[in-house]
Formats: sequence, structure tokens, C-alpha cells
Amino acid sequence: MSITPVTDRYWWKVPMDREEVIWVAIAFIWCLFMFFMMPYWHVFGKQNLAHAAVRTSAGEYMKKAEEGVAKWKVREETEQKIPVIAPPPDSDVYLVARLWSWWPILELEAGKTYKVHLMSMDWLHGFSLQPENINIMVHPGYDHAVTMTPTRKGEFAIICNEYCGVNHHTMVSRIYVK
Amino acid sequence: MATNRNFRTCPSSGLLFHEPAEKLMRWNAVVGVVCLLLGGLLAIGVVLTRWQAVHWLAPDRFYQVLTAHGINMLVFWIIFFEMAVLYFASSTLLRSRLATPNLAWAGFWLMVLGALMNNLAVLRGDSSVMFTAYAPMGAHPIFYLGLILFAVGALIGCFVFLGTLVVAKAERTYEGSIPLVTFGALTACIIAVFTIASGAIILIPTFLWSVGLVPQIDSLMYKTIFWAFGHSSQQVNVAAHVAVWYAIAAIVFGAKPMSEKVSRTAFFLYILFLQLASAHHLLADPGLTSYWKIFNTSYAMYLAVLASMVHGLTVPGAIEVAQRKKGYTNGLFEWLRKAPWGNPVFSGMFISLLGFGFLGGISGVIMGVEQINLIIHNTIYVPGHFHATVVIGTTLAFMALTYFLIPVLFRRELAFPGIARWQPYVFGLGMSGVAVFLMGAGTLGVPRRHWDISFAGTAFAYEFPGAAWLMMALGSISGLVAIVGGGMYLLVTVYSVFLGRRIETPGFAHVRARDGVAPSQAPVAAAITSHGQSAGFSAPGTFVLAMVFLVAFALYYFVNWKYLSTVWPLS
Repeated sequence: MSITPVTDRYWWKVPMDREEVIWVAIAFIWCLFMFFMMPYWHVFGKQNLAHAAVRTSAGEYMKKAEEGVAKWKVREETEQKIPVIAPPPDSDVYLVARLWSWWPILELEAGKTYKVHLMSMDWLHGFSLQPENINIMVHPGYDHAVTMTPTRKGEFAIICNEYCGVNHHTMVSRIYVK
Repeated sequence: MATNRNFRTCPSSGLLFHEPAEKLMRWNAVVGVVCLLLGGLLAIGVVLTRWQAVHWLAPDRFYQVLTAHGINMLVFWIIFFEMAVLYFASSTLLRSRLATPNLAWAGFWLMVLGALMNNLAVLRGDSSVMFTAYAPMGAHPIFYLGLILFAVGALIGCFVFLGTLVVAKAERTYEGSIPLVTFGALTACIIAVFTIASGAIILIPTFLWSVGLVPQIDSLMYKTIFWAFGHSSQQVNVAAHVAVWYAIAAIVFGAKPMSEKVSRTAFFLYILFLQLASAHHLLADPGLTSYWKIFNTSYAMYLAVLASMVHGLTVPGAIEVAQRKKGYTNGLFEWLRKAPWGNPVFSGMFISLLGFGFLGGISGVIMGVEQINLIIHNTIYVPGHFHATVVIGTTLAFMALTYFLIPVLFRRELAFPGIARWQPYVFGLGMSGVAVFLMGAGTLGVPRRHWDISFAGTAFAYEFPGAAWLMMALGSISGLVAIVGGGMYLLVTVYSVFLGRRIETPGFAHVRARDGVAPSQAPVAAAITSHGQSAGFSAPGTFVLAMVFLVAFALYYFVNWKYLSTVWPLS
């Protein structure tokens, strides 16, 4: 039994049952297939993270974000006067995550590609784009560049999905796609 | 110091209990159950707040309750119970005295102290940082210190287990190789040592940072090493509950493993690869290459997943072989139909096996795919997944084992047998609902650890689809069912242990064993010694179930790739 010592001294020489052999073989092939799906998707799939991240300081990053706002601001929204920026395609767009807001608001064009940078000024945050349901971690000190191509027009929400303290659930923003 | 060599033989099971080991098992199990009670009460707050129609607790209270719920369930309940399992698998199954019981008690009290300190920190209200406590979000120093002391206590328990294996070998209390269940417990123990070392590497500097002695903790470094502790501790649970499955198959059916070689190799694969799982939590993070992510998230080409798939066949396969020997040979599934479904030891174990495999296992592999993780990371899909693995898998397996331990270890009759009979079904069904509905809501983007998905009062409120709200409500209702199931377990076990009728055996006494050698082996239920090898299928029903599992796995795997292919291109 499984709870008694194995007295058969050569238990490793006992042949496997047939279904065990077949199952191990099938399971192993399935495991290898799943393993190779990941590199396959890097080559042929369209949804991958490039992991282009550089270390930087909150001050440096904020400066770049402010430059972007100065260049591309089209309007302000809400009482907090959060700037909305409409960067040209293929530009570097800096999005700031901090307790408990995203800054600025982005206005992008469908079918165009943007290099969206993500970094936190303080704690960990989660970039969660809804209803697309794309979820990326945002760290302090790591400027993470993600190349995004919006595919359809509309209003998208960025919600924070990494717990960041008592007002975590109020950290919501927008991306407009025209 | 004289060594206590008093043993007693359990008259109903023939198992041999070393006096100090028995007491340690009882205390660890009881304190574990107290933590489960606490975590279960906290679960009510979590469930009734995330059900948006009820939305019971205020945000600060909700995050506090969620933190305490996670830590008490995921860490304290399970690890206290695992200590009992380790002592059972070493001292009892090997019929050996426990090595250094005094040290084991020191470990136990350190764990108690650590658990109290950590809970106190959360109770203060300034440490609502969740189980993960991601720096640079900081908690009160005693939050970390509590976890550190708890981990040191658990580490001592691991070494007492290893020491007992050495004692048993040296004092020749058994012949041949250690039982498969002990081998599984050894696997759990080895992973636990790795886990606790990782915990020390990250929690000690974080503690020093919280008291101002270390200037800064890098968030990515914290997360990487924390998960070598956080996820590996869940792999300890996997190894432990798979060992419990094998133990229950042996206890209820007298089943022996289909092949020792296969089952032990599968455990060995756990030792080699399970601890790579830290990567599962870093797939959507910057700063780590895809090479690192792919290799680690797949446990080096899914070799640990292979091990779980093997156990998924060999545990029910062993039961099928044992049942067929008893004459349940009609068709593919008579062995399963005629299984003792009214015995909570069996039904709990089998529901645990099914829930872990179909719900927890499949979802775990899929969310651990580097790219698919992008559409799942940090959504409530994640709690859906781990309520299937840790709760249906580990907790329900431990609950099933308790029903066996109450008469054997505590020498009490099981109170309320009618409630006990239904408990695994109520708990299993409720928790399966939690898992399925939370995964559904997560697929629709609902975040985990979030007080208000209506975003009331914010300028850019996002409206989740109605289906997401429905899923959250159904998940909460299922959660309440599961809480009732947990309450049934607590009622039966607590009443049995403290107020249940004692099982008196005439002439029963603790017997002093000859120095070094335990008393001769009492007869146990007739074991099946061999079964028809190679010629045909010895467990065809199980094989069919395994193929059903594979088809479900593959279908759901491709559904998720399809879903991923529809979202915005990223690179």
C-alpha cells in the first residue's frame, strides 16, 4: 500500500502498466507542444511583450511625460484638468501611474502604432485596459515601453488592477481611440 | 535526557503512534483548524463586499479583511496542518519515534507566535498590504517579523521530519523503501525548505527596511524573490495533498500505487522543477526576458505539469485496480459507481482530485502561458484559479483526512455523521462555483482585490458588462455555500474532538517499545500485492477519464489563444 514501506527491493524494475506508459507519452507530447507554443507566438503571434524596460528615476520619467503633454495637449478633462494628449503615430508616449491616478489621458488613432511607456511614481500599479482586457504590471523605477496598435475606435478604460492602497479602486482613466 | 519511547497501537487502523508525535499532530491540526475558522469568518466579509448588490464593508475594512483572509488560509491553516501531515508521514507511517520532540514544540510555538504577531499587525489597520505585501508598499514591522518567525518555526518542523527519517532508518523501524506517502511528504518537505529559504531572503531585508535599516527595496527584486516563497509554498501544498490522496486511496481501498516507479518519479519531478513557478507572477512585468519567462513559467518544458498529470492518472488508477480486485469489474466505471460516496474521507478526496485537475490544473497552466497571461494577469480569474487548487485541492483533501484522523488520532467518534457525509459535497460544490464564476468574471476583465467595480464617484467610471456583474454575484453566492460547507466541517471536527464520545478500548495502554525498535507490525487491511501487468489495461476507466481531461484541457487551451489573438497587437 501507499502507506506501508515497499518491501520489494527492486521496485524500480517492476514494469509500468500499459495505460501508464501511454498516458505519460501523451502527456509529455502535450507538454512539449504547449512549451513550443510560446516561442511560436513570439514569431507568428501579434500579442507579445518585448520587455524593453530601462531603469530610470521618477523625476526623469515625469519630465518626459510633461514634455509630451506640452507638445500634444488637445484639451483638458474633469475638474482636475487632466490633459488629453493626441500624440502622432509611432511616437513615444509616456503614461504616468501614481497614487491614485493615471496621467495624462491618451487619444490615439485606430490602426496606428504607438510606443506607450508605463512607469509608476510610487508603488506597484496594474495597467488594465478594458474591455480589451490587456493587463500589464507597472513598476516604480522601470520605464517599460509597450508598442500598442489600437484596432477599433471607441472609449477604453484603464483601471488599476494591482492593489495599491485604500483608494486603489478609484484609479481609473481613459484611452480614446479615434 | 531520556527519550520517550512510548507508543500506542490504534486498534481500529493498526497504525502506531509515538506519544510525543501524537500530541504534536493533535496540536498542529487543532491550531490549523482555528486558523481555518478565522479565515472562514473573514471570507464572509470578502464575499459580501465583492457581491456588488450587497457591498457590505467599507474600503479600508475590506482590504484589511482580505489581507487577513488570504494569510490565514493560504499560510497559517495549511502549514499548521502540513506539520501534522509531516509528523504522521514520518513517525506514524515509519513506526518510528519522532526525532527531537522538544525542538518540534519550539517550532510549533514559534509558528503560533508568528501567526499571532502577523494577525495583530493586520488587526492594527496599518498593514492591509495583502498576502503579497509588495514593496515599496509597506506594512508594520511586526507584520514581517510574524511571518519570519512563523517560517522559522515551520523550518524547524521540516528538519524534525527529516531527522525522523534518519532515526527510522538508523533504528531499522521499517524494511525496504519508505512508503510512497512518506516519499510525497519528503517531496513537500524539500520544497518547503527551498520555499522558506526564499522567504527569509526577501522578508528579512524587507523587515529591516520597515524599521529603517535598509534604505530601499527594489519592487521587481521583491516580486521575483517573494514568489519563490509565495508560489513555492503552494507547491508544498500540491506535494502534500497528492501524498494525502495516495494515503486516502490506501486507507479506504487498501490501494497500492500502480507502479512505485512512476509515482515516485513524478514526485521527483516536483522537487526538480516546481520551484520555478516564481515566473508565473512576473509574466506581465518589465525587466525580465522572454527566455527567462518561457523557461520558468513552463517549469522547464512543463515537466512538473507532466508530474501532476501522472498523479492524476495513478491515484484514481490505483483505486480502480483495488476496486476491480474486489469484484467491481463491470463496464468501465462500476468501480467508481460502487465507491463509498457516503464516506467523507473518500468523497472529499475524490472531489479534491477532480477539482484540482479540471478546474485548478487546467486554468493554472493556461494562465501560466507567457502571452495568455496578458489577458488574465491580476484579474479575478487568478483567485478563481487558486480557489480550485488550494481550496478544493489542498483544503478539501486535508478535510477528508481529518475525518479519518478523528477516530484514529483523537480517539473520538465522529459527531454528526449525517452532516459529515454531506460536507465534502456542499464545500466542493460551493468552491467549484467560486472558481468557475470568478474565472468567468476575470475573462471579462474584473480585477482582483478591488473594492468597487462600479467605480462610483470617479470621473471615468467604466461599466463592466452585465455578465461580469452576474458572475460576481453568482461567485459570491457560491462562496456563501462554500462557507456553509466550511462551517459544517468545523462543527463536525471541533465537536468531535472536544465533545465527541471517546473511543475506549479495553486494556488499551501506551506500550514502551524496545529501545530502537518499534513493536511488531499489527495486521493492517489486506494489501493488494500485485495486479495484472502489461497484458491489458488494468485501469481502463481511469484511462478514459484521463482522455476526457486531456480533451477539456486542449479545447480550453486553444479557446484562450483564440481570445488572445483578438486583442490589440502588442510588442
